[in-house]
Amino acid sequence: MEYELVMGLETHVELNTQTKIFCRCPVRFGQPPNTDCCPVCIGMPGTLPVLNREAVHFAALAGLALHCEVHLKSQMSRKHYFYPDLAKAYQITQQQVPICGPGWLELSNGKVIRIQRIHMEEDAGKLIHNGSDVLVDYNRAGVPLIEIVTHPDFRSAREAADYLEQLQGIMRYLGISDGKMQEGSLRCDVNISVRPKGQRTLGERTEIKNMNSLSYLVKAVEYEFRRQVELLERGEEVCRETRRYDQKTGTTQLMRKKEAETDYLYFEEPDIPPVALSPQELEAWNRELPELPMQKRKRYQQEGLSPQEASSLIKYPKVADYFEEACRWVQKPSLAAKWMLTHLFAAFQNEEEKESGAFPLSPRQFGEFLQGIEAGSIRRNYAKEVLAHLIATGDPLEQSLAKIQKEDMGEKELETLCQTCLQLYPEAAADYLRGKKQAIKALLGAAMKRSKGRANPQQAQQMLEKLIHQKEKA
Amino acid sequence: MRQGRIKTIHQWLQEGKLSCEELTEAFLRRMEQQKQLNAYITQTGELALSQARAVDGKRKEKRPLGLLEGVPMTLKDNISTRGVRTTCASKMLENYIPIYDAAVWERLQKEQAVLLGKSNLDEFAMGSSGETSYYGATRNPVRLSCVPGGSSSGTAAAVAANLAVYGLGSDTGGSIRQPASFCGIIGVKPTYGAVSRRGLIAHASGLDQIGPICATVEDAAIVLDAISFCDPQDSTSVQAVREPCVERLGKEISGLRFGVVQEYGRGTIPEVDQAMEEGAKILESLGAQRITIKIPALQCALPVYYILSCAQAASNLGRYDGVRFGHRASHYDSIPDLIGKSRGEGFGKEVKHRILLGTYVLSQEYYDAYYRKAQQLQKEIQKSFAQAFVQCDFLLSPTTSGTAYGIGEKEKCVDHYQTDICTVPANLAGLPAVSIPCGRDHTGLPIGMQLTGPKFSEPMLLQAAYCFEQYTDACYQTGKDWKESLWNMNL
Repeated sequence: MEYELVMGLETHVELNTQTKIFCRCPVRFGQPPNTDCCPVCIGMPGTLPVLNREAVHFAALAGLALHCEVHLKSQMSRKHYFYPDLAKAYQITQQQVPICGPGWLELSNGKVIRIQRIHMEEDAGKLIHNGSDVLVDYNRAGVPLIEIVTHPDFRSAREAADYLEQLQGIMRYLGISDGKMQEGSLRCDVNISVRPKGQRTLGERTEIKNMNSLSYLVKAVEYEFRRQVELLERGEEVCRETRRYDQKTGTTQLMRKKEAETDYLYFEEPDIPPVALSPQELEAWNRELPELPMQKRKRYQQEGLSPQEASSLIKYPKVADYFEEACRWVQKPSLAAKWMLTHLFAAFQNEEEKESGAFPLSPRQFGEFLQGIEAGSIRRNYAKEVLAHLIATGDPLEQSLAKIQKEDMGEKELETLCQTCLQLYPEAAADYLRGKKQAIKALLGAAMKRSKGRANPQQAQQMLEKLIHQKEKA
Repeated sequence: MRQGRIKTIHQWLQEGKLSCEELTEAFLRRMEQQKQLNAYITQTGELALSQARAVDGKRKEKRPLGLLEGVPMTLKDNISTRGVRTTCASKMLENYIPIYDAAVWERLQKEQAVLLGKSNLDEFAMGSSGETSYYGATRNPVRLSCVPGGSSSGTAAAVAANLAVYGLGSDTGGSIRQPASFCGIIGVKPTYGAVSRRGLIAHASGLDQIGPICATVEDAAIVLDAISFCDPQDSTSVQAVREPCVERLGKEISGLRFGVVQEYGRGTIPEVDQAMEEGAKILESLGAQRITIKIPALQCALPVYYILSCAQAASNLGRYDGVRFGHRASHYDSIPDLIGKSRGEGFGKEVKHRILLGTYVLSQEYYDAYYRKAQQLQKEIQKSFAQAFVQCDFLLSPTTSGTAYGIGEKEKCVDHYQTDICTVPANLAGLPAVSIPCGRDHTGLPIGMQLTGPKFSEPMLLQAAYCFEQYTDACYQTGKDWKESLWNMNL
């Protein structure tokens, strides 16, 4: 029998607000343990939460970008469980009335994933196991999160990975999260079930917790799909349970059974009045929505970029901004795209540098360079060298051209150079005459190299061909 | 007109009749002499004296003093004080020293108040008699064999016995008014949101309010004005536009209508009903008009209160897990074991009782039957009060149906819960209420009368209470000779 995978995602996104969701502690990574803490976020007796309006703003922006209904009134709730990283023994979250209701997100293949809700909540601290000791770091406690919950609309791991990439892009463009899975600022739980193809009802599902990498997610989902199918084929049942992906074995492992799941004793947070938004506020936020990656991708493709080029350029907002800025100097955006992707990107040592948009040239310098190519003032054979010089020295374009672009070789000099090359590589000339036209490239390469770029490639090739034919006649 | 204690002491200090240090020493001596009351858990003598000396420094420079400046007072020991341990009368917090000040204590420190100590209470403010304290029951200064009421037991006893000029208590279901009533003094539970709860160790967040416990209405008005403000760090704090309470004192109450509500029930002793009737007559004689009012929704107030307060308490007390502060079990073999044992050892019986009750009503299975229903009924009660206040300006009722009872006399917790019947409605509706002495039972124990008004009507309630107080002697029975006693015995 053929089986179908059915999957829904719950994605946690850490918001990059200035301060935590209920206190004034800064939100940042990599600080020494328990230094970004205060009485509120470590749950000292008598402390009270004050909801950070920036977090509300960011959550609403996420909702608007995902076409959600944003509620003018929502409610914070308490979710209770005991664990040392949860300072108050309850997490302040949203249960019955989240800030955002139904919405949707379009995958790259055009398929629409329905979003159920987005709610705001606080992150917990972290346990650090140190030999037999267990230590707790509360720096992360109170960092604002949104949880984005989808319907079970995914049919493959690839779709889920695509969804997460889209989501990452949207969060980055909104400027509300850096969306880094490896740092945990974007992580997700996967609800997964299988059913015979054609069956309408859903099978029993399992949940895989805390996926923090796309490649692990794909592996985990593929494994879990096979595991469930094998269970069914053996005539056994899938149990409702929570599982965890083990990177070492590439398998999913049981964490807890449904029966053992805790009752979270939800109730409305009495310390925080209902979260209210005014229609005016919401309208203003809607107006300030930037062009989102999917829209950008479509526009870039309309402007003549290939899908690959568009994807590479939209990945980080700062890269797209740079591209668009540089395009102001050129007629054809595709020219800018090619030079950026092949030459400027090469300057980046790692992904972080690319994300931060630390290009070696200002968009203006790069734009003027591109303009020079289009106008013909920068000759093809010197373009790479000119760009390298611009990057290395930061000299103005005119000055760089004067230094780099030399007058093309005169006819006499070029003839002498080509003669030398023919003498050095007689086999190449012979091959060429025997009909292997490609052999001319080797000769041309040698000529260009010896001319130190001063030879015009077209002229050089013509000269070589002329000399070979002359020799033959002779 | 009789002057309150705060103004009297203010005058003494201002005129140089005695120094703040001498005054503070006198109070500290009285506290030593009256240790049998068990009113204080922690005495802060050194802190008080250093605060007093600072005030004296200012007096020497002949600078004018604020009304509360140098006036010795006490805080219920669930109000956080930086550097001074705050126990909540629990073993759980026996060694807990807060790293920040409660908002009210910040305010009073700006006023240069002198803190004599942290007063006893029922553990985590759960109780109506002061008997659930881990540090032992407080005694009623009016009769030592009796409870002073609770949960602000120590604060009320301290003020009544003149071991502090005034005190701050907290009131979740009557914890300021009921002990004030049992000890024959004034207690004010302000409108929910009028006084910041920041730093008050939470019992039931949606019901808790800090308020003054004082010997006279004037004192209560001064203290309430000093601690009322909208705190941006307490999201339930409310920006209210209301006049200062002190400005209304002495104004007539003719024309005000007061409602007598049948559903508050009758007194368990005849003297309560008699005292209430006399109280109503006095108000009428002062020109106020009596109206009989029905608020049927009040019949369910007690169960609604215990469902909501226990649920919130169970939640609020989850943080006492032995991980960051408070009691930690000495032997454990896992994280759940550490949390379980620490809580098992650190909490007393009544607290555990309420945590269990609260957890039960919040469980998935019973949430709709209990917590949700209680919330719905709470809204009904709020609506009923709003309707009642169309017909009248404030409501009159006993604070408690009986007077103080003997220590250890009530064994079943339900018997204790019953005593809150008249006080919990104001908390459920977020309304201000004042308890003022209005008489004595045949054995001489004080009876309290409760005035409940619409939100932010504290000035009117205290205006009415002040008129009543000027008219009767009831308020001055306890501390009638307080000036002399302080003056003669100690100075």
